[in-house]
Amino acid sequence: MKPSPMKPEMNGHMIECWDLTKTYVSGGTQTPALRGVSLTIDPGEYVAIMGPSGSGKSTLMHILGALDTPTSGRYLFEGQDVGELTDDELADLRREKIGFVFQSFNLLPRATVMRNVVLPLVYAGVPRSEREDRARVALLKAGLEASCWTHLSNQLSGGETQRVAIARALINEPALILADEPTGNLDTHTGDIILDTFRELNEKGHTIVLITHEQTVAERARRIIRIQDGLIVSDVRNSRAGVES
Amino acid sequence: MKIGDVIEEALIAVSANKIRTALTVLGIVIGIASVVALTAIGQGSQATITASIEAAGSNLVTVVPGAARNAGIVRGAFGGARTLKVTDAEAIAQLPLAEAVAPQVTGRYQVVAASGNANVQVIATTASYQQVRNVDIASGTFFSDQQGEDASRVAVLGSQVALDLFGDPAEGGTDPVGQTIRIKSSKFTVIGVAASKGGMGADTADNSIYVPLKTGQKLLAGQTTYLSQVSVQAVDADSMSDLQADITALLLDRHNISDPDSADFRVINQADLASTMTSTSRTLTLLLAAIAGISLVVGGIGIMNMMLTTVTERTREIGLRKAVGARRRDVSIQFLVEAMLLTFAGGIIGVVFGWLVSLGIERWAGLDSVITVQWVVIAFGLSALVGIVFGFYPARRAASLSPIEALRYE
Ligand SMILES: Nc1ncnc2c1ncn2[C@@H]1O[C@H](COP(=O)(O)OP(=O)(O)OP(=O)(O)O)[C@@H](O)[C@H]1O
Ligand SMILES: [Mg+2]
Repeated sequence: MKPSPMKPEMNGHMIECWDLTKTYVSGGTQTPALRGVSLTIDPGEYVAIMGPSGSGKSTLMHILGALDTPTSGRYLFEGQDVGELTDDELADLRREKIGFVFQSFNLLPRATVMRNVVLPLVYAGVPRSEREDRARVALLKAGLEASCWTHLSNQLSGGETQRVAIARALINEPALILADEPTGNLDTHTGDIILDTFRELNEKGHTIVLITHEQTVAERARRIIRIQDGLIVSDVRNSRAGVES
Repeated sequence: MKIGDVIEEALIAVSANKIRTALTVLGIVIGIASVVALTAIGQGSQATITASIEAAGSNLVTVVPGAARNAGIVRGAFGGARTLKVTDAEAIAQLPLAEAVAPQVTGRYQVVAASGNANVQVIATTASYQQVRNVDIASGTFFSDQQGEDASRVAVLGSQVALDLFGDPAEGGTDPVGQTIRIKSSKFTVIGVAASKGGMGADTADNSIYVPLKTGQKLLAGQTTYLSQVSVQAVDADSMSDLQADITALLLDRHNISDPDSADFRVINQADLASTMTSTSRTLTLLLAAIAGISLVVGGIGIMNMMLTTVTERTREIGLRKAVGARRRDVSIQFLVEAMLLTFAGGIIGVVFGWLVSLGIERWAGLDSVITVQWVVIAFGLSALVGIVFGFYPARRAASLSPIEALRYE
């Protein structure tokens, strides 16, 4: 699979967006989920997004992950205007550059854990022999023991499901990892395994954006963005980041 | 994405949802099996009719006495209308298009043998009857020209008559050849038994006895002038119509009749008979095909239902696949392959099942069946169409949604 043609821009930002809005229309009522979000994220950053429920965090993440289109505004990924990409180029972008952990996990029903995790590699054309090895590494990084690798996805607990979703997002070693409440269903210990993995990946140069409701989780990031009613209300660099708590 | 992976994804998806797969395949199986079985029976009956017409004799034109107008065939053959003479048959034999001629006098008589008796049709005819009417001999011989000339008291039994009078030699009955029977109190020696020809009704070839013409005229009919029927074999299939016309002209002339509508005989061309009967059985086949078509539709609705009820789940699945980087083509091909897998599995099971059903009907109901490739292909094509339209079309539509829209699909 050849990556889509994307020319890197001079300023070198990974993500740039201007005035993103998203209004959901359902049954005649309009719900403004984002009302003008502008932000820039550089390669290698570790960003936590916080905000009350319904403030538009997931909506923003879906747009950043090239999974959904904004109602208005411009989104550049590595200098490329995502709004101008064709459906297949968007698929290429998601496959080659982005790992996404859904808030609701979204695993393939009636398929094994292994099958779920290797799925991105299947579409990336990775040779069969390599796939399971890489899946094992990703599953361990996500803190999932080998005993449930052959389980079907609907036979897993909420926390296990979450870790499968994380392993699937990590397997392609994407430049950008977007995780929507990755530790929401996990106990502190398992949560720590995941956060350590994210830290490691970040140290290797991967860009990480995660949504969380927990202050302790957010404090591990180098930057915390707060959202309220579809607008960014604060964006602070975290000087204490990296200090083990 | 490699085609091997696409097929693997399709296989996994198909085997993951066993109930959906089973019900879809079942719909296809029902549709195809009924088309295959029903058309096999229709085609089989057509073949049976064709075969029995051919068994009656090849290139056969028959002449019977009686008025053409009042559906004279039945009355003429058995009512003994006295319009067709031995001399007419001799004149017909002189026609260049007539290869062979077999005049006959037919009557129904009580036949008595040592071990049984029966009331059957006795055909008094010449030795050429064997050739004209394709009579195969199972044991013994047909009578010869010499035996005909000598008015020998010999008889050839139809296979059913032989069974009725003497029993099955394989099951303790006596071999009829060489035995003596009495027809209308005259003694005859059985010199042969004809092979079975099948057919339905009372006066089939299997239910007849053949005796030499002169013998029959003297001992049974009691007259030597009139005939019940003349069977004429044309020189080839192409000249049957011409022969029919020649015989008609000849007999009109001999009987001094100027208006063909008031002819006192009928000339029946076997080819016409064959085409009438074949078209009847073709109608039957079409009727069966229509019934089969209805089951195909029912099966198709089953497939459609199954496909549509899983659209929600499949749409989410497509959203997920796209979210992890599947291109539109990857998704489309996977669903196409899935639809094809289901259709082919169902199609093959359906053909085998339909074949077994038609074999069963052949065995238990005694109907012949012939499986025709044409109908198998039609049934296959239609269910493939249904499977692909209803499996593939929703997938194509889902593949054009954004991943989030597809994942939220209700
Ligand atoms: N498909 C949709 N149709 C209509 N409204 C929607 C849709 N998706 C989200 N919304 C609305 O948009 C707003 C933002 O939703 P979003 O999922 O982004 O919130 P969130 O910040 O992720 O909340 P949470 O912390 O509970 O996950 C909410 O008011 C929600 O009701
Ligand atoms: Mg959310």
